[in-house]
Amino acid sequence: MTLFIEQCLNGLQFGLLLFLLAAGLTLVFGIMDLVNLAHGSLYMLGAYFAATFAAWTGSFVLGAILALAATLLVGMAVEVIAMRRLYGRDHLDHVLATFGLILFFDELVRLIWGAGGMSLPLPSWLNTSVRILPGVDYSAYKLSIIVVSLAVAVFLYILVMRTRLGMLIRAGASNREMIGALGVNIKLLFTLVFGLGAALAGLAGLMQAPILTVQIGMGENILILAFVITVIGGIGSIRGAFVAAIMVGFIDTLGRAYFTDLLRLAFTKETAATAAPALSSMLIYLLMAIVLVIRPEGLFPAGSK
Amino acid sequence: MRWTLDLRTVVVVLLLVALVSLPVYVELTGSRFLLTLFTRIVILALAAVSLNLILGYGGMMSFGHAAYLGIGGYAVGMLAFEGITSGFVQWPVALLASALFALVIGALSLRTRGVYFIMITLAFAQMAYYIVAGLARYGGDDGLTIQKRSQFFPPLNLSNKIQFYYICLALLFASIYLVRRLVNSCFGMAVHGARSNDTRMRAIGFPTYRYKLICFVIAGTLCGLAGALLANHTDFVSPAMMYWTRSGDLIVMVVLGGMGSIFGPLFGAVALLVLEEVLSGITEYWQIILGPLLLLVVLFARGGIDGLLGKVGQKVNHG
Amino acid sequence: MADLLRVENLAKRFGGIVATDDLTFAIPEGELHAVIGPNGAGKTTLIAQLSGQLVPDSGLIYFAGNDITAVPMHARSALGLARSFQITSLFLDLSVLDNVALAVQACAGHSFHFWRNARHEPELRDPARATLARVGLSARANLTASALSHGEHRQLELAMALASKPRLLLLDEPMAGLGPEESARMVATLRELKKELTILLVEHDMEAVFALADRITVLVYGRMIACGRPEDIRNNTQVRDAYLGEQEAVHG
Repeated sequence: MTLFIEQCLNGLQFGLLLFLLAAGLTLVFGIMDLVNLAHGSLYMLGAYFAATFAAWTGSFVLGAILALAATLLVGMAVEVIAMRRLYGRDHLDHVLATFGLILFFDELVRLIWGAGGMSLPLPSWLNTSVRILPGVDYSAYKLSIIVVSLAVAVFLYILVMRTRLGMLIRAGASNREMIGALGVNIKLLFTLVFGLGAALAGLAGLMQAPILTVQIGMGENILILAFVITVIGGIGSIRGAFVAAIMVGFIDTLGRAYFTDLLRLAFTKETAATAAPALSSMLIYLLMAIVLVIRPEGLFPAGSK
Repeated sequence: MRWTLDLRTVVVVLLLVALVSLPVYVELTGSRFLLTLFTRIVILALAAVSLNLILGYGGMMSFGHAAYLGIGGYAVGMLAFEGITSGFVQWPVALLASALFALVIGALSLRTRGVYFIMITLAFAQMAYYIVAGLARYGGDDGLTIQKRSQFFPPLNLSNKIQFYYICLALLFASIYLVRRLVNSCFGMAVHGARSNDTRMRAIGFPTYRYKLICFVIAGTLCGLAGALLANHTDFVSPAMMYWTRSGDLIVMVVLGGMGSIFGPLFGAVALLVLEEVLSGITEYWQIILGPLLLLVVLFARGGIDGLLGKVGQKVNHG
Repeated sequence: MADLLRVENLAKRFGGIVATDDLTFAIPEGELHAVIGPNGAGKTTLIAQLSGQLVPDSGLIYFAGNDITAVPMHARSALGLARSFQITSLFLDLSVLDNVALAVQACAGHSFHFWRNARHEPELRDPARATLARVGLSARANLTASALSHGEHRQLELAMALASKPRLLLLDEPMAGLGPEESARMVATLRELKKELTILLVEHDMEAVFALADRITVLVYGRMIACGRPEDIRNNTQVRDAYLGEQEAVHG
C-alpha cells in the first residue's frame, strides 16, 4: 500500500513537471500560433545552467534562481532574433526553423559543456525523506517539486484569469488580430509570453536535474510527451494542459510500475518482462490516439481559431 | 518530359551522369569511402523521394516518416536473424509491413489537420521506436547485426558493393519516375487538389480522405523499401533509425532540395550529406552551422535548391 | 412540376445565434429561386447546409424526392447538386483549365488512376474546355488561376459548379464584387442556364434578382418572412421595411 502511495506521488510529481513544460508550449502556440520544437532545448538549458551556477555559487537555490533568469533571457533573445520572423507563416516553416534551432542548441551545449552531461547534486537539507503519513516516507525533494509546481500552477491561474496581462493572453488565444487592433503592444506581449514559456521550461529542466538527468538531447525525449499533452488537453488551454499532464503523469508512472504485474496475470513471466516496458511506453500514445478519435480538438479547446 | 535547356536541367543531367559513373571513378582512384557515402546518399534520396510525395505534393507534414525506414530495415534484420535470408521473402515483407503500418497510422492521423497531424504522426513513430527498442530478442536498444545480406538469384550479389550501388541507384531512378507519373495522373491531381483546397475538393465531389490515405500508404511503402536497402547497406539495424530526429533529417532533405519538385529530394539528399561530410571535416561542431542554415533556408529560400536553380537560370537566360 | 428541392423545418444555431430558424420551402424543377435578405440573415449558412458543408441541427432536406440530410458533402455532387462559393474558393496554384478539369474528374468515377497523365485525357479536358467557353473564359484557359481578375474568378467559380452537369445549382452571391458590365454578363449567362437547370440564387444585387427570379424567398435572422413571385415581394410591406427599403434607397 505504501508503495502504491509512493507511486501515486511519483505520478503526480512527474505530471506536474510535464505540466510546466506543456503550459509554456500551449501558451506559445495558443497566443502566437507558433509551433516551437526548440522548447525542449530551453528545458535542457535550464538544467545545464542550474548545474553550472550551483557549482559556481555553491548554493542549490541560488543556482536555481540564476538558471531561471538565464533561461528567461535566452528565451526572450531567441524570440527577438528568430521567432519574430516566423509569426504568420506556415506551421511547416515553424517546424523546420525550430528543428534547426534544436540542432544549434544541442551543438552549442556540446561545445560549451562537453558531451559528457552533468550532474546536479542535492543539498543535504533537501536530500532527506519526509514522513507524510504514518509509515510512509517520501523524498523531501520530490515533495518540494510538487509544492513548487502547484505554486506555479496557481500563479499561472491568477496571472491568466485575474490580471490584465492574462486577459490579453486569453483574448489573444481566441482572436489574435483583435488584440492588435486594440492597440496593445503586440511585439512586447509576444516577447513576454515566449519568455514566460521559456522560464517554465527552464524551471522544469532544473527541477528534474538532480533526480533524472542533465545531458544533451534530454529536451527531445520529453518534448514529445509535452506535445502529446497539449494535443490531449487542447491547444491553447492551460487548464487542459494541467488535466492532461496529471493524467499522463499518472498513467505513465503507474503503468511502468504495475504493467509487468498486470501482464503477469495473463502471460508468462518472460513474456511479461519483455513486453511490459515496450507496452507501457505505448500507453501514452494510445491515450492520445483515443482522445484524437473521440475529440480531435482536445479535452478543453481554447476558443475558435 | 519537356526538356528545356536551362540551368536546372543542366545540373540534373550532370548529377545523374556523375551518379552513374561514380563507381568507375572509385575504381580508378581507389576511394572506397566515396562509394559508401554515395550509396547512403542514394538510399536516403529514395526515402526523401517518398516523403516528398506526401509532403511536397500532398501537403501532409508527416514527422514520423523515418518509422518506415526502421520497419523496412527491421523486417530484413529480424528475418535474417531467424535464418530467412532470401530477399524474395524479406523485401516483400518489408514492403507489406510498411504499407500496413502506414495504413493504420494514416487512417488515424488523417482525421486531423495541421499541427495535430504533425504531432500525431510524430507520436506514432515514437511508439514504433519504443516497441522496437523493447524487443530484447532483436537487440533492443543496441540494435541487430545482419550477418548476411538479402539473397537473390546469382549473379545478383548484394555483398558486392558496386553491384549494390547500382541496384540502389536503379531503384532510386525508378522511384523518381514512378512519383513523376503518379503526380501527373488523375490520382495525383486529386491529391494536389486536396492540398490546394480541401473544402472545394469535397464540394465538387472528391472524398479527399481516401486519396490522401492511399498517397500516405504509397509513400510509406516506398520508404520501407529504402529501409530494406539501408539495412543491407549498413549490415545493421537499430531503433535509432526511426528516432524522430531522423524524420527531421528527411524533412530537411526534402525542403532543402525543393518541396514538390521532381529532383528536389535528390538535390536535398546530396546537399545535406555532402555538407555533413565537408563540415564535419572542418569542425566536429558542424551542426552549429547546419541549424541556423536551415533557419535561413526557411526564411529566405523556400523553394530550396530546385527553386534557386530555377531563379538563377531565369536570370541567366534574360541577362 | 415536381419539387426538385424540398426543405422542411430546417434549423441551425451557433451558440446563441440562430442562423436558420425553422425554414420550410420547396423549389420545383426548372425554377430560378432567389434568396435575399440583409447581412446575417443566414443565407450562406443555408447554402452550406444544402451542400452538406454544415450539418443542420434539425429538419430535413429532400432532393429529387430522396432524403439527403445525412449525405456527406462529397457525395452530393454525384446526386446532381453543385455549389459556388461566396468567397472565391479555387485551386489558385493550378491553371484555369486544370481547375475545371478537376471538377469534371470528380464526376468521372473514381480517381484511382495512377499512370496516365491527367492533362492529356480528352474525356476530362474537352468537357472542361466546353464549360469554360460557356462562361466566357476560353481565352484564359492556360493561365494560373491566381492571375485572374476578380470578375474572372467569379466566372471560374460558376464554371467549376457547372462542370459536374448538375440538376440544381446553388449560387452564393455570384455577382459579389462585380462591376456593371461584368454583372450584366453574369446575368445573361444565368438567364441562359435557367433554361437547362434549376437554380437557387443567393444575391444582394436586386436588379439581377428581379430580372432573373421566378420566385423569391426573403430571409431575416434565419427566418423566412416572405416567399412568392417578384411582384408580390416588391409590394410586400414587411419585406420593404426589413430589407428592400434600404436597397432601393441605395440604388435610387
